[in-house]
Amino acid sequence: MTEAKIRTEEMLLNMGPQHPSTHGVFRVVVRTDGELVLESESHIGYLHRCFEKCAEGNNYLQVVPYTDRMDYLCAMMNNWGYAVAVEKLAGIEVPERAEYIRVMVAELNRVASHLLAFGTYGLDIGAITPFLYAFRDRERILKIFEKLCGQRLNYSYVRIGGVTFDMTEEILADIEAFCDYFDPKIIDEYDNLLSYNGIFISRTANVGVMPADLAISYGVTGPSLRGSGVQRDLRRDAPYGIYDRLEFDVPVGTGEMGQLGDCWDRYMVRMREMRQSIRLVRQVLRDIPEGPFCDKKAYRAVKPKAGETYKRVEGARGEVGFYIVSDGTNIPYRVKARAPSFSNISILDKLTSLSDVMVADLVAIIGSLDIVLGEVDR
Amino acid sequence: MVVKAEAWAAVAGLCRDDSRLGFDLLSCITGVDYPEREDGAEIEVIYNLDSIANHHELTVKVKLPRDDPRIASVEEIWRTADWHERETYDLLGVVFEGHHNLVRILCAEDWVGHPLRKDYEPPDSFHGIKNVIY
Repeated sequence: MTEAKIRTEEMLLNMGPQHPSTHGVFRVVVRTDGELVLESESHIGYLHRCFEKCAEGNNYLQVVPYTDRMDYLCAMMNNWGYAVAVEKLAGIEVPERAEYIRVMVAELNRVASHLLAFGTYGLDIGAITPFLYAFRDRERILKIFEKLCGQRLNYSYVRIGGVTFDMTEEILADIEAFCDYFDPKIIDEYDNLLSYNGIFISRTANVGVMPADLAISYGVTGPSLRGSGVQRDLRRDAPYGIYDRLEFDVPVGTGEMGQLGDCWDRYMVRMREMRQSIRLVRQVLRDIPEGPFCDKKAYRAVKPKAGETYKRVEGARGEVGFYIVSDGTNIPYRVKARAPSFSNISILDKLTSLSDVMVADLVAIIGSLDIVLGEVDR
Repeated sequence: MVVKAEAWAAVAGLCRDDSRLGFDLLSCITGVDYPEREDGAEIEVIYNLDSIANHHELTVKVKLPRDDPRIASVEEIWRTADWHERETYDLLGVVFEGHHNLVRILCAEDWVGHPLRKDYEPPDSFHGIKNVIY
């Protein structure tokens, strides 16, 4: 065959909306030249369930279950973000015990969420075993939550004014047993299994490098931003609840396997955050006081005065914010949710255009941003 | 802080670039519809800014006439505004002038109307899918 007959041309590929490595219904239109990605364009909205519209038709307490279904992998933090905003608006005091319980369930939920991120990230890249290990341990946390509130995913446990049910001694013992089981033995096991695995490092180091200033400009928050070396954590920078009384470190990316802000850094921040979360849970177990678990009046009905507020909490994927406008009735006038994954995934098109990215790297980049489409589309 | 619509682009630039302000993170853009205001129907666009280095926050509010809500896009200042502005356009019909690709983001491309306006009526059907109310 003569050279003139060999033809190469660019190809437009649809990745998604149904694709295993997009972690949900998310479509990326990719312009490829062989294995090389030249350009990508993200399309979202396939999972839009009109959260903000629904919120305008329900009273303040009824909105809580909708917030679960945004980021269903760390529902506690979504509940909490919404509750904090309404409490500020209505001037509700949260009992001390409830604040401690909130930290405990939120940090356990963060571990569960990071475990899923760890497992599916391995799966995206071709390591199936870590996924099974991650689910083994995530199951223990879900069992605790099931005992606590009867739900494994959409808890609606953190509510306005406190939490829905009290913590029993039995559950506290379960949580303590989990902490002893999990840290440090199991996390070390994960590091041996995946984090320092040579193949894993060569697949993720120097891939999808995200400079810090670019990440901030794109509104990236949470572990993905910290992976670029930015010391930013709302639990420390704008403490809510009782985080100002607790001790913990904020792990950031260091570029130890390649460039600062690559996929490995983002992944590793999550692994190190799990240790910090367990450290927080242990402190709460030590200090938790007796007392009521919810404000009595707010347990029944909430009717804030007219006004508006914006409050944020640090979710497992970044900053979960709620802008709530009240007109003085028991139904919110407007609820706007700031979902971290929505901003985080918007940087994807930029990352693919910054450097030469292979199709397989695109999967690694999406996985390292750890998105939940339920919250991107709301 | 309430800012006039004409001044917003200049104020936004100052917010990010002045070292004492240093608002490098645009956290959220919210649109709120007020069809029954005393001094004319309005749409408010609210920007929540945050400074990572200085640890402070700012809420900027811009009031726009409801029948023709137009405001300068700030996507050149904060890249994240691209998607947030598209969302506000999609759900409330605020036009961000100078946005490079102001199309719907959450609803389908051929959706009619802006769902978060208070007088929005949902369609009876969409491409043959009936709107069933239980």
